[in-house]
Amino acid sequence: MEFFLISMLNSVSYGLLLFMLSSGLTIIFSMMGVLNFAHASFYMIGAYFAYQLSGWLGFWPALVCAPLLVGIVGMAVERYGLRTVHKYGHVAELLFTFGLAYLIEEAVHLIWGRSSVPYVIPPSLEGAAFTLFSTDYPLYRVFMMVVSVSMLIGIYLTLTRSRIGLVIQAALTHPQTVETLGHNVPRVFMLVFGGGSALAGLAGVIGGNAFITEPGMAAAVGPIVFVVVVVGGMGSLAGAFLASLLIGTLQTFSVALDYSFADLLAKLGISIGPDTPLAALWDLTIAQTGPVLPYLLMVLMLIFRPKGILGTREG
Amino acid sequence: MFHLKRALAALFVTSTLFAGSAYAETLKIAYIDPLSGAFANVGEAGLKQFQFVIDDINKRNLTGGPKLEIVGFDNKVSPKESLNVLKNVIDQGIRVITQGNSSGVAGVLIDAVNKHNERNPDKSILYLNYAAVDPDFTNSKCSFWHFRFDANSDMKMEAMTNFMAKDPKIKKVYLINQNYSFGQAVSRAAKADLKRKRPDIQIVGDDLHPIGQVKDFAPYVAKIKASGADVVITGNWGNDISLLIKAAKDAGLDTPFYTYYGGGLGAMTAMGDAGVGKVKQITEWHSNVHPNKTEKFANAFNAKYGGPPQHLTFYYLRVNNQMYMLAKAIKETKSIDPKKLAYKLEGMKFAGDEGEVEMRATDHQLIQPLYISTVAEAYHDPKNPKTAKFKGKDKEVKYDVEDSGLGFKTDARIDAYVTAQPTSCQMKRP
Repeated sequence: MEFFLISMLNSVSYGLLLFMLSSGLTIIFSMMGVLNFAHASFYMIGAYFAYQLSGWLGFWPALVCAPLLVGIVGMAVERYGLRTVHKYGHVAELLFTFGLAYLIEEAVHLIWGRSSVPYVIPPSLEGAAFTLFSTDYPLYRVFMMVVSVSMLIGIYLTLTRSRIGLVIQAALTHPQTVETLGHNVPRVFMLVFGGGSALAGLAGVIGGNAFITEPGMAAAVGPIVFVVVVVGGMGSLAGAFLASLLIGTLQTFSVALDYSFADLLAKLGISIGPDTPLAALWDLTIAQTGPVLPYLLMVLMLIFRPKGILGTREG
Repeated sequence: MFHLKRALAALFVTSTLFAGSAYAETLKIAYIDPLSGAFANVGEAGLKQFQFVIDDINKRNLTGGPKLEIVGFDNKVSPKESLNVLKNVIDQGIRVITQGNSSGVAGVLIDAVNKHNERNPDKSILYLNYAAVDPDFTNSKCSFWHFRFDANSDMKMEAMTNFMAKDPKIKKVYLINQNYSFGQAVSRAAKADLKRKRPDIQIVGDDLHPIGQVKDFAPYVAKIKASGADVVITGNWGNDISLLIKAAKDAGLDTPFYTYYGGGLGAMTAMGDAGVGKVKQITEWHSNVHPNKTEKFANAFNAKYGGPPQHLTFYYLRVNNQMYMLAKAIKETKSIDPKKLAYKLEGMKFAGDEGEVEMRATDHQLIQPLYISTVAEAYHDPKNPKTAKFKGKDKEVKYDVEDSGLGFKTDARIDAYVTAQPTSCQMKRP
């Protein structure tokens, strides 16, 4: 019971971090049709900005300033980069963001070096939030969950209740009409891209010190973010939320399952020895395959339900 | 175009000139380890240790002539990348390589060096391994060109399980390791040794996780907790040990950790006070061994490279052994030819800081004393202002690691001859 509850909490907190990471990507995709390969790079520079700023200003100002800075970088990328290549179509945009990811990684190498930086959890968030049976649950994980959930509510309210949100939604389906009404549609797109990047930056601020801030962190989370977006349904924020939690749960609980095909076959009376063909494959436990399960899920999803959990586009 | 040709010609002339000198002024050593990516911090720290001991060798002219120079090459801990790097190293005319991080890399390097040396006997490569501890490299895969200066994983496990077997309170053991040749070797040896020495001990978990990929160890810690283990054994290194111990600390897990690399870079900083009395390591040296002949050298290193941002502390005594033995071989053979050096290193005895060590000729495994030690608070000496931040009461724990206020205290010293194990190596010599 203790194991189940703690694992459940771990799944939710990991899933919510994934959601923070992927929400920006899915917003940008749904609004602009741009599949941003550099999205995880914004996550990384969020962590590095937070590391730098928290050295000067402390953690709390950095929590606010770092995502804003990342947002500004994102807007600059849209204004001076993406907007220019936009007229050449989606492939050009895709390649642009692909190259951008490499540029950002090299820039990080040049500025902060190739090694990890000591970006640590502030003392006020150290320690245990509560003790469940005999396991401590870290305060910082609770903090991560709070930030993520408040972000979800914030995005939802902005998009559905605020004036700018309504303009954004209108600009998606009827850009010409919105332009005729006197709104600057390119500027709306710039804001959307900047906002999406800032969300990734925020995830970086939170994730960077929970785990490790190093130049490889973008490459490490890049693929999983795409899995979330594809499984959730391209462009669906609610879908991304569900998919994040699903993948968080999948990865957390798979660790606990030490069952292999060999065990299953043994139950059926077939024994697998070291001499059996493909013995290594049969002996592979679910725990060991945990890291690839999300990708398996993505492939299955693309085969059987290409639009994802809550996606609206077919294929 | 004309200028380019002329420049190329000049380059060719100079390179042939340099290649011609048999006893060159400088012996370059290629350091092939991660200098970017998840394990870059470990690779960079190692490079600094090599640089420091080489500076010492050059200053004291221990080679009796040639200067040593270390050149860093980034392999991103990838076996594939390492082969490209090796090719690059060979093209640059460097004939001695050293590597340590990941036995996965070491395995392919041994194969590649063997093949290269077979095809190019006059341009052979010498491979000095300072940390890759898969036992195969000095058993079934042993090579004349490969020398290992760290005790292999089976030797360390033998010593560790001898120590554990004496503790009757240990009933349940949990194994968690990285899923590649070394991690699997740790898991295999732990199971075999414990079964032999303490058949009553139950293995309650045997996890192999992907190396360098897991950012969140909380699920594993929950599993360890649920298993009711008395002791965790792990061979994890780099961020995999720091993050594991950090997750254990966050969850308030009270189980002792028997580690290979608990004193490795960043681990102490990650665990903090939670590690005191709980995290043990097995190494060839730590900063509070007694007597401590390495003290002055380590202090000089820490004075140069300690402090922010990484707060490095001297860690690899074996790097010193390796480089001093290489220097000795150069001096005695009056040569920098890899084949002559290899024959000289075979069976070489060297008076190291921890007593005599021997490069066993049969399998090229260095036989050296080992220490088991436990994390403890560094001693607060009221008279010494440098220790103002320390909280410990035990005089033996004189130094801390990475400015963490925590150091190691010896539990047991294992003499060199005790650590030696039989080998199945059938060495082929050129």
